Amino acid sequence: MKKGLAKLTLALMAAGAIGTSAHAASTLVYCSEGSPEGFNPAFYTAGTTFDATSKNMFNRLVEFKLGTTETEPGLATSYDVSSDGLEYTFHLRKGVKFHSSKDFKPTRDFNADDVIFTFDRQGNKENPYHTVSGGSYEYFTGMGMDTLIKKIEKIDDYTVKFVLTKPEAPFIANLAMDFASIFSKEQADAYMKAGTPEKLDIDPVGTGPFQKVQYQKDSLIRYTAFKDYWKGKAKIDRLVFSITPDASVRYAKLKAGECDVMPYPNPADLKQMEADPNINLMSQEGLNVGYLAFNTQKKPFTDVRVRQALSLATDKSAIIDAVFQGAGKAAKNPIPPTMWSYNKNVVDYAYDPVKAKKLLAEAGYPDGFSTNIWAMPVQRPYNPNARRMAEIMQEDWSKIGVKAEIVSYEWGEYLNRSKKGEHDTVLLGWTGDNGDPDNFLYVLLGCDAVGGSNRAQWCNEEFNNLLLKAKQTSDKAERTKDYEEAQVVFKREAPWITIAHSVVYEPIRKEVKGYKIDPLGGHYFYNVSK
Amino acid sequence: MFQFIFRRLSLVIPTFIGITLLTFTLIRLIPGDPIEVMAGERGVSAERHAELSAQLGFDQPLYVQYFHYVTGVLQGDLGNSLITREPVMKEFLTLFPATIELAVCAAIFAILIGLPAGIFAAVKRGTVIDHSVMTFSLTGYSMPIFWWALLLMLVFSVNLGWTPVSGRIDVVYWIDDVTGFMLIDSLLSGEEGAFSSAVSHLILPSIVLGTIPMAVIARMTRSSMLEVLSEDYIRTARAKGIAPWRVIVIHALRNALIPVITVIGLQVGILLSGAILTETVFAWPGIGKWLIESIGRRDYPVVQGGILIVACIIIVVNLLVDITYGIVNPRIRHSR
Amino acid sequence: MTTSTKTSTTDAPLTAPVPMTPMQEFWHYFSSNKGAVAGLVVIAIICFMAVFANFVAPHSPSDQYRDALLLPPAWLEGGNWSFVLGTDDVGRDILSRLIYGSRLSIAVGIVAVTASLVMGILLGLIAGYFKGVIDTAIMRIVDIMLAMPSLLLAIAIVAILGPSIVNAALAISIVSLPHYVRLTRAATMAEMSRDYVTSSRVIGASPLRLMFICILPNCLAPLIVQATLGFSSAILDMAALGFLGLGAQPPTPEWGSMLADALQFVQRAWWVVTFPGLMILITVLAFNLMGDGLRDALDPKLKQ
Repeated sequence: MKKGLAKLTLALMAAGAIGTSAHAASTLVYCSEGSPEGFNPAFYTAGTTFDATSKNMFNRLVEFKLGTTETEPGLATSYDVSSDGLEYTFHLRKGVKFHSSKDFKPTRDFNADDVIFTFDRQGNKENPYHTVSGGSYEYFTGMGMDTLIKKIEKIDDYTVKFVLTKPEAPFIANLAMDFASIFSKEQADAYMKAGTPEKLDIDPVGTGPFQKVQYQKDSLIRYTAFKDYWKGKAKIDRLVFSITPDASVRYAKLKAGECDVMPYPNPADLKQMEADPNINLMSQEGLNVGYLAFNTQKKPFTDVRVRQALSLATDKSAIIDAVFQGAGKAAKNPIPPTMWSYNKNVVDYAYDPVKAKKLLAEAGYPDGFSTNIWAMPVQRPYNPNARRMAEIMQEDWSKIGVKAEIVSYEWGEYLNRSKKGEHDTVLLGWTGDNGDPDNFLYVLLGCDAVGGSNRAQWCNEEFNNLLLKAKQTSDKAERTKDYEEAQVVFKREAPWITIAHSVVYEPIRKEVKGYKIDPLGGHYFYNVSK
Repeated sequence: MFQFIFRRLSLVIPTFIGITLLTFTLIRLIPGDPIEVMAGERGVSAERHAELSAQLGFDQPLYVQYFHYVTGVLQGDLGNSLITREPVMKEFLTLFPATIELAVCAAIFAILIGLPAGIFAAVKRGTVIDHSVMTFSLTGYSMPIFWWALLLMLVFSVNLGWTPVSGRIDVVYWIDDVTGFMLIDSLLSGEEGAFSSAVSHLILPSIVLGTIPMAVIARMTRSSMLEVLSEDYIRTARAKGIAPWRVIVIHALRNALIPVITVIGLQVGILLSGAILTETVFAWPGIGKWLIESIGRRDYPVVQGGILIVACIIIVVNLLVDITYGIVNPRIRHSR
Repeated sequence: MTTSTKTSTTDAPLTAPVPMTPMQEFWHYFSSNKGAVAGLVVIAIICFMAVFANFVAPHSPSDQYRDALLLPPAWLEGGNWSFVLGTDDVGRDILSRLIYGSRLSIAVGIVAVTASLVMGILLGLIAGYFKGVIDTAIMRIVDIMLAMPSLLLAIAIVAILGPSIVNAALAISIVSLPHYVRLTRAATMAEMSRDYVTSSRVIGASPLRLMFICILPNCLAPLIVQATLGFSSAILDMAALGFLGLGAQPPTPEWGSMLADALQFVQRAWWVVTFPGLMILITVLAFNLMGDGLRDALDPKLKQ
């Protein structure tokens, strides 16, 4: 019985092997970690969705230069800023073509109407498309674009002017983000006329290097290279996303040659990957930070000495070894070292339980106190195992008499309760959206964010004023100075224990050439060849 | 006869109502906030939170939500997924063929191995063969199938490289979605090698999912065969000098199969439960994995709709088994 | 003469065997089933390990030997005889964790089976005794539960209560309830029509007395068999929940979650995944073997 089965298996396998060798077209297979939530990037916030949509199917007015966090011209060849910083005029690229799909063939090139449609849909409640497909534009509202953009004017077919309500230095970087991917107004109008507007969000056409051919839910996404792409056709002919949620299965597939590029390997497998002659293990420091935020509005964390003491009592190197398996770097600033304005001169709290104990005694807690550590229930690049991280901190803190209980909730509850400040201390982190320091500092530590993403509930006037000043000038040197100073204030006040910046690893097959890791966490396949 | 069927059908209605109630309450008892999960670390403001929950209908009293849900269900509308915003029914229909395909192949595997093994054991009762078949099937019945799946994958896919690791077909084949059944679609596509690739992707998952039903079928077949073999008419047939294999296949097996078929019908629930674990390990894009992920994401409409459909399938299959059994065996029809 | 009487007395037991007590009879049938005895022996060993884990296990299940991470089993190259089955990713001894894990599995089995047995017997007795509306209501609920894949229902219950080993045990007991209810109800219905029940009722026995003193003892045999088999499915379900991350929370050495935690090392260290799975298989198999033996020994139909 068993023998027969094995024979059958072998026979079928042999048949399969013959079949596969016949096809050797340049297909690149990317084993993605999950299904995209949908195909309109403006609705979502997950990187998985952006990889499947904006990164490879669409373009933006300005784009991130591959492998960096700097912006470069995209669908706009250039832009002018008025002297008061309120008006941005974009000069659009000519001759850019949209993809065509089964039921839509574009008749015109990309122009100003498409730009206006893309932003008007998200910001203008009167736009007929605003409420289509649920109509929640999380990034657009989250970045405050709805209040920032006063109006968008069409000067001519290839010139568009954005008028802002206040000067905002990170505006250009924001426009390079995924939610600003340009859609075709012609397609939107055609679907609206046909009475099926929601199809725009299922089968949109973009101007990007790949066009979507087919999506098999939870299984595969197939793209072909767009031959009229304005930068020239991609080097590979076909791109396939093979959806494989489990990291060890992804690795098995990579080894078996069933995929060419895989994201998020298990830290445990890194050593083996490095030794594998068929695999090229690429790595880059991630644009993220993992931290523990003290609730600075709750006793005893209102006292800066307590916060400093616990910072001194935490052994970061043990965390880097055990939790990150070495694939991380101890953090001293709230922004990652690859980001401009990172202050190298800030001195971190070195591990020193004796000094910590002394500080704690000065603050009036010679015997320590009881508190809690909230540990996230999910894995993130900035924190691959929050529970183990919490266990290590619990152990460290107990040495200075602080007894901490580890608490965890379902992810949605966790985020919601920590926003309201129900925690004493909470583990969390952040991955950058656009490479601007404002996207870390103001979003996570600004006074406006208290009761929101400012989990430390920390509002420091000196710090906040520096950030506001930096936001309103577009002079980069001046902004750098402000941010560097803000980091010094931050370290002194210690609202967080900055724990680690993780290193992003991406194993690819040796045959794959030209792949670059994106510091912002995206996966681009335009430059790749095989 | 019709009265029997009618009586059976009337029992289904309260069960169905009960299931809608149960799924509806269960999912609302699960703590968690789908809006927060969607927003992630970025978070949403309190106003936006209220706005979104009004949009999704979470702010209405529970009985109103239930009423909407049931009226929707009666019209075949199970709501839209909170994450993908697509109708639950549509998502289900795109994923269901994958589960069916896997379950059918698993059932075929289970029957092909289980039935002959059971017959063989019964005929050779008390011998080493009988004992080893029974031990073998009891081991299969005791198998933690997620572990079994991992083990087979490690040995056959990773170390020996005989079968593909996961997925439904090699990515070089671009098969159009016609029926959703990869075996059929790959044949229709006419691409050389596509069909065998689809088959090779099915082998391990089918074996894993079919292991427990195989064991159950083997045991059931054996005991049912033993019972039939001791009946007088078999002895008569033997005495008449009919060839032994003829006695077994023609005379005994026919009667022994009735309870076995019932058991096969009742395996549907087990197959669907097992599909959750099998699909999770093999990244098989079916409804089991879909439901598990939706529970994690607190995608209420998907979970309550998905469980409802699965429960209905089990009810219908059980009903069919019941009715067939009633038709075959009049004693059951008239009792009660 | 005298010699002949002697022989006749010694022959007596042969010609007229003393009827065996029920217990002896049971053991006679049970022990003739080799598989069942093997199952019993394995279970006894596992129970022994569970009870005396502190003495049997070479290490503490939570001690982390930081200089011995992912050590292979002792008989392989690089192995170390103080860690017979190797160590896991943080240097914990796998053998010791398996031994302590048997404690949890047995405990979960006992809790889940007892809970569902008690609830199931109560509901089944009530349904079978009172019949009518109560019976219909209970049986409809049972039908509803049976219409859901049990694992899915268990997952939903754990999701509501929060993942922990106690909640997982509770979920498993709820999920396995229908079988006990159906069995008890059917047996009760059968007993209700017997003469002895009718006569006790005529004497004026209270319903409670009727249910628990008269009827219940007579339905025990199938329930005992079901409980043994329930033990094995409880252990399997527990492991499945643990595997999906819904069972025992780390660092508890539960077999299913040990397996799930070690999943990321599966390609580097096969032993972290193989042994917990094997342990689950052996335990479940032992209970199933014993259940089979019990069924044969207790079911009068098969005693020929």
